[in-house]
Amino acid sequence: MSLLRQGVFTAGLIGLFWAFVIAITVAVTLSFASGLGFRPGSFGCLFLGIGGGLAALFVRDRKLLIGGFALLSVAFLFTPLSALQFGEDVPFLWQLIGVLAFAVFTIWPLERMLVEAHPGAMNRHAFEDAVIRFLTGFGYIVFTAIVLIPFYVMVMTSFKSQQALLKNPLDFSIDLSRGMDLFRSYIELFGQFGFGGYLWTSFYVSVLTVLITLAFSVPGAYAVARLRFKGRAAFSRSILLIYMVPMIVLALPIYIAFSMTGLRNTVPGLILIYPVTTIPVALYMLQGYFRGLPVEVEEAGLMDGLSRLQVILKITLPLSLPAMVSVSLYVFMIAWNEFLLAFMLLDDPSKFTLTRGVAMLNSSEIPRQHLMAGAVIATLPIMALFLGLERFMTKGLTAGSVKG
Amino acid sequence: MTAPTPPTTRGALERREARLAWGLLLPTIAIVSLVIILPLLSIFWISFKPVGLADLRPVAPVLRESLRQRGGVDVIEYRVRNSSQQKAITGLGFSDEIPDGVTFTELPEICSLDGSNLTCIYGDVEGGFNERLRLPVTLDGDPDALEEIVEGSEPRGFGSGDNILTNSEFTLKNFTRIFDGAEFWAVLWATIFYTVVGTVGALVVGLFAAMLLNKEFKGKGVLRGLYLFPYVSPIIAVAFTWVALMDPFSGSLNALLIQMGVTDSPINFFGQRPLALIMVTVFEIWRYFPLSFLFILARMQSIDTDMYEAADMDGASPFQKFWYLSLPMLLGILSVLFLLRFIWTFNKFDDIFLLTGGNAGTRTLTVNVYEQAFAISNIGAGAAVAVVIFATLLLFSVFFFKYISQEEGL
Repeated sequence: MSLLRQGVFTAGLIGLFWAFVIAITVAVTLSFASGLGFRPGSFGCLFLGIGGGLAALFVRDRKLLIGGFALLSVAFLFTPLSALQFGEDVPFLWQLIGVLAFAVFTIWPLERMLVEAHPGAMNRHAFEDAVIRFLTGFGYIVFTAIVLIPFYVMVMTSFKSQQALLKNPLDFSIDLSRGMDLFRSYIELFGQFGFGGYLWTSFYVSVLTVLITLAFSVPGAYAVARLRFKGRAAFSRSILLIYMVPMIVLALPIYIAFSMTGLRNTVPGLILIYPVTTIPVALYMLQGYFRGLPVEVEEAGLMDGLSRLQVILKITLPLSLPAMVSVSLYVFMIAWNEFLLAFMLLDDPSKFTLTRGVAMLNSSEIPRQHLMAGAVIATLPIMALFLGLERFMTKGLTAGSVKG
Repeated sequence: MTAPTPPTTRGALERREARLAWGLLLPTIAIVSLVIILPLLSIFWISFKPVGLADLRPVAPVLRESLRQRGGVDVIEYRVRNSSQQKAITGLGFSDEIPDGVTFTELPEICSLDGSNLTCIYGDVEGGFNERLRLPVTLDGDPDALEEIVEGSEPRGFGSGDNILTNSEFTLKNFTRIFDGAEFWAVLWATIFYTVVGTVGALVVGLFAAMLLNKEFKGKGVLRGLYLFPYVSPIIAVAFTWVALMDPFSGSLNALLIQMGVTDSPINFFGQRPLALIMVTVFEIWRYFPLSFLFILARMQSIDTDMYEAADMDGASPFQKFWYLSLPMLLGILSVLFLLRFIWTFNKFDDIFLLTGGNAGTRTLTVNVYEQAFAISNIGAGAAVAVVIFATLLLFSVFFFKYISQEEGL
């Protein structure tokens, strides 16, 4: 432990780890951006990392430190010990960009990480501070990478052609000279596959689900939150219990019943079933919010001669508008993303929802970029909604995400 | 005068309030019991029934009628068929309206004519029953017009098949089948691994993410929104993206790993044991860490900063502050999240179904419902698995309510 807390040792170790992290990050980023061959070089990272860590510990002049490290990294480029190794066809300019990116993103954060470290034995505080700063930087890179890469791949693949995909799966660069041809997958999806119709079906099914859910859950939630009656506690428990029942268990009897009554393969059948899956969630979220409203306002309304229903319509609902927006968004999201029931109940391509339509694209006869374009079409509206109304959405998620 | 006492019966006002409450709840209760309670009960019923996917089509007579010339004689021909190859029909027969201008020259024993109404009765027939009934007639009028009228009137078939869903035949075969041997243990193991590792993993990863964002800096809002992406986007989009990304032939990840020299040959991430189970669990963690992240971050931001200042004064190091101050404060929300996520991960179906289809050792209980009912077409066995799931859930929820009622908030 005491060896680990020697400033020199800590700095060298952190420098080593960080150099590897950055080398991998830069190599992956450049590979994905250009399709060329980049990979981290072990020995280069070893020397430059330890050296950079030590330099950051001893050299406190930031300009000198960054400039010197960058020069050294570029110099290493001409030896076999470069921190980045390249495939045969990588132009020199790309090599230079890669090495410079490596140098800057290695040494600059290292200097910040080791700001409290010093040569010689460090106290626990300075040591942990350096470790935490390293872990924080590491965390940002890892989380951003794991979240972004799948979405990046999804969007970029949808712009590629089949041949380009098979030739080099790593090449996600966009060939702008193709012009409108870039959007060929989308044009074909909307033209031949009828995705415009699916988009519309998904949209109105989701909106109707939201409306029906609210119509049922608002009165129910108000009763559970405000009115006293026997069995109130039992009722609010059974709400929770009911929405713990997994969909697949219900899907089987629903499939049987719908097959026998002819509701299978119809959109109204779907609209009948979706709200029931969301009413318990909505009821649960809303009653929590109603409870938080001051009861005095409602009592004042009652004293002034309003009936209960008028109180709900004129006082409670306007006050709980933000909660209603959150609940609506959340329910919309559930309905829009719903896959299992749509998959089981719909067979006829003219009645598909968007998720069912995308599932149809998952076949060996349909090129990969069509599937990814379908995924993008399904994701974009919900993302736009999410980014535009993030405040409400996050609230809805926290209040309702007992389900998921 | 007696001393005033509080009323012991329920007052009119109170009764009215209760009535209103039930009135407001009634629509919800009605629709929820129709679509949730009823199916739940029926799943118990079905799980004791030897019913397959093909049994869902009801057994009924299929009829076709035509008027034609055969050997110089006009005949009305009826084709009568049992829709099922296996199931018998009891009291099979049909009746048909015979228009004016058509007279039968002779009728077989099974048929009788009452005015213009022809009725033929076969009685009980076996599965696969298929017969032509030719009735010679004399025509009085334009043959083509009469043909149109005769073939225009649909014969009405009757006779009832034995419906497996409603008869009194019960079996325990479904249960013995699903509890049978090695397969059940493999399914159970996959379920337990997926649920436990997935839940704990999502919690731990979410905790790390929350710690990263529990400070003020530029771009925090952007990062927070970004980290929620996996949870908000449609499952179908992200699952297929993962499959495309990890494809052994044209997947980018394999190309990347080969280029970096990590592996020599492509790895079939979703196709080989035990890697497939690990990968679907990793996917589960990836998709649901945002949820625990959101909850934990909200709780972290409500912790009083005075405490940390006091700890600083006492010389506590950052790790000590986390271990002795933050973690105990977060324990409540962590355990609630654990219970909830545990149940929901246990219930998860879509993710595994889309990623691997339950192959390569990733078949969990929920996937098994689908597998039995639709892939093997044995609805009864599927229902039996569903009953097992439901029983397990009831067990969880007893535990859940015992614990959750002590925790405020959720």
